[in-house]
Amino acid sequence: MAFDKMELRDIEVWDGNFAAAQALRQAQVDVVAAYPITPSTPIVEGYAKFKSDNYVEGEFVMVESEHAAMSGCIGAAAAGGRVATATSSQGFALMVETLYQAAGMRLPIVLNVVNRALAAPLNVNGDHSDMYLGRDSGWIQFDAYCPQEAYDLNFIAFKVSEDHDVRIPAVVNQDGFMTSHTAQGVHTLTDDDAYGFVGTYKPMNDMLDFEHPVTHGVQTEEDWHFEHKARQHNDMMTIVPGKIEEAFAAFEKLTGRKYNKVECYDMDDADVAVVCMGTSVETAREVAKEMREEGIKAGVVGIRVLRPFPFFEIAKALKDVKAVAALDRSAPGGAAGMLFNEIAGSLFNTDSKMLLSGYIYGLGGRDLTKAHLVDLYKELQANADAGKVLTKQQQFIGVRGPKLAYL
Amino acid sequence: MSEMKKIKNLKEFSTSADRFEGANLLCPGCAHSIIVREVLNATNDDLVLAASTGCLEVCTAVYPYTSWDASWIHIGFENSSTAVAGAEAMYNALKTKGRLKQPDRNPKFVAFGGDGASYDIGFQWISGCMERNHNMMYIVLDNEVYANTGGQRSSSTPIGSSATTSPAGSISYGEKMNKKDMMGIMAAHNIPYTAQVAPNKWKDMVKKIQKGFATEGAVFINAVSPCTTEWKFDPKDTMHLTDLSTDSLVFPLYEVINGKEWNITYRPKNVVPVEEYLAAQGRFKHLFKDQYKHMIKEWQERVDANWEYLNRREEARV
Repeated sequence: MAFDKMELRDIEVWDGNFAAAQALRQAQVDVVAAYPITPSTPIVEGYAKFKSDNYVEGEFVMVESEHAAMSGCIGAAAAGGRVATATSSQGFALMVETLYQAAGMRLPIVLNVVNRALAAPLNVNGDHSDMYLGRDSGWIQFDAYCPQEAYDLNFIAFKVSEDHDVRIPAVVNQDGFMTSHTAQGVHTLTDDDAYGFVGTYKPMNDMLDFEHPVTHGVQTEEDWHFEHKARQHNDMMTIVPGKIEEAFAAFEKLTGRKYNKVECYDMDDADVAVVCMGTSVETAREVAKEMREEGIKAGVVGIRVLRPFPFFEIAKALKDVKAVAALDRSAPGGAAGMLFNEIAGSLFNTDSKMLLSGYIYGLGGRDLTKAHLVDLYKELQANADAGKVLTKQQQFIGVRGPKLAYL
Repeated sequence: MSEMKKIKNLKEFSTSADRFEGANLLCPGCAHSIIVREVLNATNDDLVLAASTGCLEVCTAVYPYTSWDASWIHIGFENSSTAVAGAEAMYNALKTKGRLKQPDRNPKFVAFGGDGASYDIGFQWISGCMERNHNMMYIVLDNEVYANTGGQRSSSTPIGSSATTSPAGSISYGEKMNKKDMMGIMAAHNIPYTAQVAPNKWKDMVKKIQKGFATEGAVFINAVSPCTTEWKFDPKDTMHLTDLSTDSLVFPLYEVINGKEWNITYRPKNVVPVEEYLAAQGRFKHLFKDQYKHMIKEWQERVDANWEYLNRREEARV
């Protein structure tokens, strides 16, 4: 029985979860092995409904845990076809072992992570703790700020991940609830255009090719392990960035929507800038415009590709900026925030005289308000005027009690 | 149509072209390799194999070598079952979509795991695969101990056995818990086929494996795999130990169809006392000291009771 195509309007009103589910349908994924968890559950539910209504021809396996979901995805990917799933938070944490295995085995898989806080205390709302937990797992990582991007980046993720020169799995992050459950207008692709963009899956080292048996997931000890890991890092650093650029360019040609590894807003003449991810980018963009009316040359830098980290693009975006804030939405656990460190690393050993300060915000879904950002930009301007960081280098914003500041 | 191998005698077995190479790092006398060869030799069909982390895995796929002349995957300790289930799902998807490279083949999906990987850490994954009734076979290489990591107790380790984490000593007879009834638990999933096998009874084993391969749906096999290193016997005695295990009824050979129809497939003509089985292994040596001798009698009673239970299950047909 052939599956049915779906007629979409040019603009549909979708939340981030449904946008991701639609992208998986249009990519004609061969196997989805999944387990539900808030707030990513509707991706899996949406896909299940597509399957029940004959809009999906591939296999849909509802397993008994997130660890099993990714284990099934790995087996399916090694067998030789397009594979995807979705998760959040605790489910992501349970998956971590297999995330490293998927990456180390060079299997292209697309994982939608609807970002949510990590317990304890238990919390279902959005922050970036899960994203940060997986940042060194060897996956390519994209970040969507809204439902449109959650939709688009899935196609781009398949395209990059499945490239035979890449063969590295990819995560598409979106903010829990703020993106996943907020309906917005989403410009759609037709089913044919979407599938045409990702293309039919081209297997490599596939277990279902019985003329060429392959051994997947071998043991390597001190004699070969390092070479495998080094080679993979090398590909992340030298091959993947170009492949992402190519995919962004091809997607722009198809849709007119342009993505960059680092998104710059009002950055051409900015004196002060905020670097952040997720829905905070859009809030910061609005505040930056208002700050400009008050005479502060404010800009925003959004991280679109977290891994491989866009060091040079960050350095370029921030080289003439006087004061920068790195906004990290994850408990730093006794260190500077991850973005603070990555940005510092990007600018270190350059001519930049940038003043960098770090802000921890929004844990467990706490709102980042415009008022927070107004204060933040003013602090940055004061730093810029003084030529030094006047506050502690790490501050918590939006948390009850006396001000928390360190470093 | 499945292609079953017709093998008449042991010589044919040993000379049969196989897809598991003798070039592996398993201990001399390890029953794992014997069982795996018997399984792979039971069919001419293509195979998609998985192994959980453990002796079989670390001894057969050390880069840049492999002992496997068939599609093979290892992910982790707990998930060989789900790895194969994922591959089986992909096979079904590509079949539906007409994208199989060799659409005329009829591959078999088989996962291997030790008792640690199966009774303990991978228990949930196996249960999930059985419940979803994937068209696959899961085989436990049951040596009743975490052998790869040096002899720690698993939930398959029988009472009175001395393991490194439940060592016998001046006030302890070793392992305190009875072996988990994995066969009963798997049969309770009401899967099409569940069977216990032993490599010494190779005709019984091949018959069951072939029955499993001919089954549509999930198959669970528990294979007794005497471990020279951890059971502590001479490597040349592997088959002798296996004989003792089946003929003392410590490892009764039986099958369960659809969770309801229980069939005992081997009734030893001369049942060996359990004491002989225990006496042949260093892991039970301490049980022959006066202070722990009562354990031997209890062992015999337990084995008798289990045999009685199996006979009644067979009779009941429910």
